[in-house]
Amino acid sequence: MGRTLAEKVWDQHLVRKGAENGAGQEPDLLYIDLHLVHEVTSPQAFDGLRLAGRPVRRPDLTLATEDHNVPTLDVLAPIADPVSRTQVETLRRNCEEFGVRLYPMNHAEQGIVHVVGPQLGLTQPGTTVVCGDSHTSTHGAFGAMAFGIGTSEVEHVLATQTLPLKPFKTMAINVHSADGRLRPGVTSKDVVLAIIAQIGTGGGQGYVLEYRGNVIDNLSMEARMTICNMSIEAGARAGMIAPDETTFAYLKGRDHAPKGAQWDEAVEAWRELRTDADAVFDAEVDIDADALTPFVTWGTNPGQGLPLGETVPDPAAIVDENERVAAEKALSYMGLEAGQPLRSIKVDTVFVGSCTNGRIEDLRAAAEILDGKQIADGVRMLVVPGSMRVRFQAEEEGLDKVFTAAGAEWRSAGCSMCLGMNPDQLAPGERSASTSNRNFEGRQGKGGRTHLVSPLVAAATAVRGTLSSPEDLV
Amino acid sequence: MEKFSTHTGIGVPLRRSNVDTDQIIPAVYLKRVTRTGFEDGLFSAWRNDESFILNQEPFSRGSVLVAGPDFGTGSSREHAVWALMDYGFRVVISARFADIFRGNSAKAGLVAAQVEQPDVELLWKLLENEPGTEVTVDLQEKTVQAKDLTVPFEIDDYIRWRLLEGLDDIGLTLRHEDAIDAFERSRPAHKPVTTA
Repeated sequence: MGRTLAEKVWDQHLVRKGAENGAGQEPDLLYIDLHLVHEVTSPQAFDGLRLAGRPVRRPDLTLATEDHNVPTLDVLAPIADPVSRTQVETLRRNCEEFGVRLYPMNHAEQGIVHVVGPQLGLTQPGTTVVCGDSHTSTHGAFGAMAFGIGTSEVEHVLATQTLPLKPFKTMAINVHSADGRLRPGVTSKDVVLAIIAQIGTGGGQGYVLEYRGNVIDNLSMEARMTICNMSIEAGARAGMIAPDETTFAYLKGRDHAPKGAQWDEAVEAWRELRTDADAVFDAEVDIDADALTPFVTWGTNPGQGLPLGETVPDPAAIVDENERVAAEKALSYMGLEAGQPLRSIKVDTVFVGSCTNGRIEDLRAAAEILDGKQIADGVRMLVVPGSMRVRFQAEEEGLDKVFTAAGAEWRSAGCSMCLGMNPDQLAPGERSASTSNRNFEGRQGKGGRTHLVSPLVAAATAVRGTLSSPEDLV
Repeated sequence: MEKFSTHTGIGVPLRRSNVDTDQIIPAVYLKRVTRTGFEDGLFSAWRNDESFILNQEPFSRGSVLVAGPDFGTGSSREHAVWALMDYGFRVVISARFADIFRGNSAKAGLVAAQVEQPDVELLWKLLENEPGTEVTVDLQEKTVQAKDLTVPFEIDDYIRWRLLEGLDDIGLTLRHEDAIDAFERSRPAHKPVTTA
């Protein structure tokens, strides 16, 4: 029987197949090609190494950036929050001591770890990529097996360059439309929000999702990264897309991409990374992309989303008791009434950025909507590029001028308001339209209320002050 | 890691589904560089509400959390497990756990016991009707017992064995260092390095 893409990558990284012993089935031991590190989930892991007297086994397969804590204003001054500063300084000391390359604040290569890996060409088809961050699933857009790990596992990878894991199940997500395109105003963010609403926040548990179909084939690498990024929001271990000509074209010439004869050798190997025609997935889901319109969340988990044209749902109409209670709690937290049109919801803040939608295409999309317009009175808009490179590129294209002329703030690179570990936070009761990935209670600041949206919806919402899509502007 | 065989402690009914790791411990509490001291961050937003279960005696002294399905979704932060353990929890019971949370629990020594939702409902009713009821979790037998109610739970066999033995994963892996060396020698030359 044929194998899926995920199974092929898994098999290529088997250091040791887990045996059946008296204690049950052992996990497989998997080799890790790339380990990305940041300041929040690594200090205790480096401490563990020090305590045990262990080195980092492969510093040359490890890369660190500062992203979660870093301020996006006054970036040349020392970090004002002493606890954040300590965490960043601890990462610098650890990288120095253990010989790990680090891109610190104000370095030209600094940025969100999941933006940095791909843009350097480090994320490659058929690699295994881990990071102490759940949005590591982003890298699966290249046909890599990429997943988030906890701090104990960070220590394990630092020490051994491997992870003990039991095989994941496989799920195909088939995204089709008549002509292979998305309708105008619909982006890959809307696709993934619709997928999560359909399969639920636990629907992907234990699975690697493989996104397939004519719509996926036509997406750019950046749009694919947005989809894979939010695989974790469906509970999945990872999300993957088979590498193709789009992938190879994106990688060619990047700093860490193979060169010369090695490039040809690599591409030949990468072309094998496709699910065999006779492979069987453990589950399959079909998405009719012709039926998709811009999607927004109304609740406090990413599965609580609806098309923008709908109204806030009535919890009383939900049959499942747990879901009904969850919806009631969500509406109360979000300050929304059942039956209220989603388009009538007023926002205070618009955030464009994050590892989900902080790449150059996202900024271009938002800038195109804002060009020559003003954001609504009383709305603040933060535009935070995903990396310094994205920032420089945007400035070269004049996008920063478009944003500031419209009244938005143009910031430096980092995770920023996606999780509010730096000063970029919502105040209690404040409401945002956010291109990030999580609308959990308090995610963007204690008491803050988040609606997840695409960059197009974010920009249109900034102009009108209420949740809107670009078609509302004409 | 300490060995785990059975644990008995006060059960805490948490009638919530999708308890994500931002609720278990918000990001602002993740700035510490130590491995302990996270108990003040546990459910910090909910603990501002006087009626929250952990603000009520005897539940504030609980050590077995009985939660709704999809516990531990969201971020990979192991701090969520540390916060639960620093507070005093030794076991979390739920019908479904997020994968990363389940993995982190196993590494840190917190038992994530998967119990069918109808049995979770029975436990909730019992713990709500008789606050302070002690729950015994037997990892050897894979059972949860409270008063005259005994229900089974699921946990990965290998994780169960590691918890029972109190074994360190890195030590176990390094027994196979030869296999890692051999694998490294066979890696294709076109694989990327971060230092070039």
